[in-house]
Amino acid sequence: MDMASLSSTLLFVAFVAYLIATFLFGGAVKSSNSKTTKSFERWGKLAITVTILGFIANLGYFITRWIAAGHAPVSNLFEFTTAFGMMVVGAFILIYFIYKTPALGLFALPIALIIIAYASMFPTEITPLIPALKSYWLTIHVITAAMGEAILAISAVAGFIYLLKNIDLTKKSKERFWIEAVMFVLVLVIGFIVATVSFSLADYKAEYSYISKDESQHNIEYTMPALFGMNESVALTEGAFEPIAEMPPLVNAKKLTTVVWTILFGTVIYILLRLILRKRIATVLQPLTKKSNSQLMDEIGYRAVLIGFPVFTLGALIFAMIWAHEAWSRFWGWDPKEVWALITFLFYAVFLHLRLSKGWDGKRSAWIALIGFIIIMFNLIAVNLILAGLHSYA
Amino acid sequence: MDKIVCTCGNVNPAGTELCESCGRPLNEETKEKKIVDMRYEGSARRSQTYNKTIIDKVWNFFSSVKVGMWIIVAILIAAAIGTILPQVFYVPATNETDIAAYYERIYGTFGTLYYQLGLSDLYSSWWFQGLVGMLGISLVIASLDRVIPLYKSLKKQKTKRHISFLKRQRVFGIGKTDVSEESLLSAEEKLKELKYKVKREGNAILAERGRFSRWGPYVNHLGLIIFLFGVMLRALPGFYVDETMWLREGETLYVPETDGYFLESKEFIYETYSKEESKEVYGEAIDRVGTIAKNYQTDVALYKGPEGSVAGHTEELTFEKEASIQVNKPVKFDNFSVFQMDFRLDELATMTFQLQDKETQKSYGEFKIDLADPQPLYELDKGYKVEVMDYYADFTGFEEGIPQSKSPLPNNPAFLIKMYSPEFPKGETSFVMIKETVEPLGENQHKIAFQSVETRDVSGLTVRKDLTLPLLALGGLIFMIGVAQGSYWNHRRIWVQLLEDGQTVIAAHTNKNWLSVKRDLDKVTEVAHLPKYLDQQDTDSLEEKVDIEEGV
Amino acid sequence: MEVSKLAQSKKRRFYMRTAILAVLVVAIVFTVYSNLNKEKNAVLQVGDKAPDFVLVDMDGTERRLSDYKGQGVFLNFWGTWCKPCAKEMPAMDNQYGEYTDQGVQTLAINIGESDLKVNSFLNRYGLTFPIAIDRNKSVMESYNIDPLPTTFLINPEGKIEKIIKGEMTEQDIANFMDQIKPS
Repeated sequence: MDMASLSSTLLFVAFVAYLIATFLFGGAVKSSNSKTTKSFERWGKLAITVTILGFIANLGYFITRWIAAGHAPVSNLFEFTTAFGMMVVGAFILIYFIYKTPALGLFALPIALIIIAYASMFPTEITPLIPALKSYWLTIHVITAAMGEAILAISAVAGFIYLLKNIDLTKKSKERFWIEAVMFVLVLVIGFIVATVSFSLADYKAEYSYISKDESQHNIEYTMPALFGMNESVALTEGAFEPIAEMPPLVNAKKLTTVVWTILFGTVIYILLRLILRKRIATVLQPLTKKSNSQLMDEIGYRAVLIGFPVFTLGALIFAMIWAHEAWSRFWGWDPKEVWALITFLFYAVFLHLRLSKGWDGKRSAWIALIGFIIIMFNLIAVNLILAGLHSYA
Repeated sequence: MDKIVCTCGNVNPAGTELCESCGRPLNEETKEKKIVDMRYEGSARRSQTYNKTIIDKVWNFFSSVKVGMWIIVAILIAAAIGTILPQVFYVPATNETDIAAYYERIYGTFGTLYYQLGLSDLYSSWWFQGLVGMLGISLVIASLDRVIPLYKSLKKQKTKRHISFLKRQRVFGIGKTDVSEESLLSAEEKLKELKYKVKREGNAILAERGRFSRWGPYVNHLGLIIFLFGVMLRALPGFYVDETMWLREGETLYVPETDGYFLESKEFIYETYSKEESKEVYGEAIDRVGTIAKNYQTDVALYKGPEGSVAGHTEELTFEKEASIQVNKPVKFDNFSVFQMDFRLDELATMTFQLQDKETQKSYGEFKIDLADPQPLYELDKGYKVEVMDYYADFTGFEEGIPQSKSPLPNNPAFLIKMYSPEFPKGETSFVMIKETVEPLGENQHKIAFQSVETRDVSGLTVRKDLTLPLLALGGLIFMIGVAQGSYWNHRRIWVQLLEDGQTVIAAHTNKNWLSVKRDLDKVTEVAHLPKYLDQQDTDSLEEKVDIEEGV
Repeated sequence: MEVSKLAQSKKRRFYMRTAILAVLVVAIVFTVYSNLNKEKNAVLQVGDKAPDFVLVDMDGTERRLSDYKGQGVFLNFWGTWCKPCAKEMPAMDNQYGEYTDQGVQTLAINIGESDLKVNSFLNRYGLTFPIAIDRNKSVMESYNIDPLPTTFLINPEGKIEKIIKGEMTEQDIANFMDQIKPS
């Protein structure tokens, strides 16, 4: 087997391992009893072992792909997001060995799984480096930034568990609404994955021509039925779906179509889940957090930010600025990705100040940690795909 | 406001909450607290105490962490708004009217609104810069206000603290145990083993470790201040240069704003990945995307004019060095850096023609016109001549019979030519364009036939000088040191005291990571038979103490 | 004794705080102000010394700006494709004749076009004033030329008296040349 296919296989192995480990952590959580000591021993040890094996396979994917491509595999959206998912698992393993909390694994691993699955929806071929990326800074900046973000992500997971445990889901409240909103967003991401996979299995392809905003003609290929058409689009493939509405040249109708299909699939899945489970998703998951120690989750959340914030600053700002200066002649250009990295930095600075100076902890801290993760995800998803700039790779 | 004299005799600055020396609570409010706030060691944060003049009020405003945070949030939100639509820098238009038109055309009413509110050039706006400036002021004042009293407190603290201080610590234990001089000594030894600095005063021990981490936040604030100061310096002339130049292969041009430097482009190289030569794995990607750029670079020669030379001087240029400017590899000289930013391929450079007989297509000679320097006359064999009367680089059409050109760039070259032949000694006039020939003075016998072109590439280079960079780098470095210093280490203190009445008191404090200091205390307790302690804050674990260790 | 010590330290505190705040505020206001005016600062302004240069004109004569100290210099930057430039050239030629004797030199600098092009242009319009080609754009850069035509009025002391962007009428040109006549 050549390096490239070995790499893909290893990623698949890692994915499966994380899936199994999730269930094992579930077992550990379910079987734990506050009275018995070392209750996690059987389930917990097994779960972390499988996680570590998966992580080793994941590292294997990373290294073999690096060899196959001739450069660090962090040069496009798929590669970066997969690396990010891997680092989230890595960060979790690290925190697990300090605090020994299976509940964290039960929630962190599925997040990593969703991230890797999301990544795989984008072009996965190994690409050679364009001149702008030909620098050892690619490796240094991107890997450090991914590591920092992964550690910060753990704080969001800990915050999420804290909230899930401590919000009273029986009474109507803003908190109850928002925690369920978070669940809905997660289901939407799954909706995106299901939609992409379904249409890809059906091998759906349709080509259209359109007039772009600089008034020249281009062709575009849709991989999902075109709910929205590009400016003055004309179908080139026979029998292609007729768009419901045409968009002005400013709007990328293909991306809009993807977003709307995602919302459709996601909402349907969510409604089905609600009907089958007859409860809020948050309510279904809450018992899993019953045995968690709130104080501990709070401490993990805080510590993750303390550890992750410097790493993030170093990778996403300092190294980024050094590289930008070498490549683009200016270390800061206020391009959307740079601005959102700065926003992330400022946000976590506020988190730390609120915690250290104002004594904000518990639920307030947990909500802030969640919002921080949303900002990181906004930078990864919206800025890359929607907002334009030097930085968008997808 | 008056200074406060403590029972122990120490004179404390006005507003101190805990005596700098012995730790006794100095006011009612503090006495009522079960656990004291140790963030500033109970020292008087100066701005809290003085609030008389307007200067004090302004000072206190900027010293507040709450205000500082609001400033950060304001910057955060403003920055986000600037990403909704592209900023003017990224818009392909240069003057105000074009820019306004662009926003209207592409983004409609929202775009016009965005532009008119100034949001399209947000980061250079006075109010955004003002916000950042306010953040700078906040950093300076808030840090000064806290670090000085904190330093004084930590320096002044005595080994033997008063019981009223110790019992108000988060980790506290008191009891009658078998503690003697011997056990105190073994406690000392154990603490030293655990890398604490141990001080002894009578029957009191103070073990301290990691004080340096308390300065972390102030070090990182200093880093930020230096960074912002560097950014400020850019406004001064001479510190910052940012220019672009378009350099054609073979051309030598003056490098803008440098002192007499010239660059000659020897060659522009553009390479793409080809399936045959690249790794097999890239094949799929190349198929999908088409052309993927592999490398583009400009090979240049750098020249310097003689000292004190003025603009326009082209002789006596001394060769300095050769370089290949690639993306990520600028050429550097004299505080300047020239970066490979952009390029235009295949600009017309020369055009080769033949003078032919229209009917027989017989050629009477070939000549090559260099579009940068067309010659007025090209002599061919046997008395045939071609005179170039005029040249229109960017031909757009005729206006009242006169040929027009809209720019000096050879985008659509056209020539007004007179052909001299033995049959026509007075010449035949022809207007030659790229695909067409117009004969304005009647039909000719001869014609100018296009043969071939040579092209050359144009490099888009950015010229930069930034003397503020070392300062920014220093600021960044100090910031990182400060953040690491404050985040990865913690300041721990353990007090052990043998009271007069035979009881033993232990107390501990850390600014973060209580788990570790508790573990340290456990180890010492074991060795020295000290009393058990309680975490007076963690009510959760007071019941489920076991779960902290194992947790789920 | 206590009271005066207290008063002293209060004063000291007041001065310290005022000084620190003053420095910070001034620094920031200065920075913001400079940044807003950066565009203007980067470019040559009226009152600046006109950068010296040397170019060879179409007749082969060397033209050095500093040689003209004591005389006014009407410095015009142009290109053959620029229509307003073409329109004002005949007027410039007339006034050139008028004002040369009055101590105003005229010099038109072409932005790096070919000899052939410039010659055909000056022949077509019958221009007599000195014209030089800035081949490597160094003079253009020194003068921060952006739109064409741009004309600099340089007074006999060598300082820039006025910068005119855009086309000028014959009356304008006469007035401008008059402005920089040596007294």
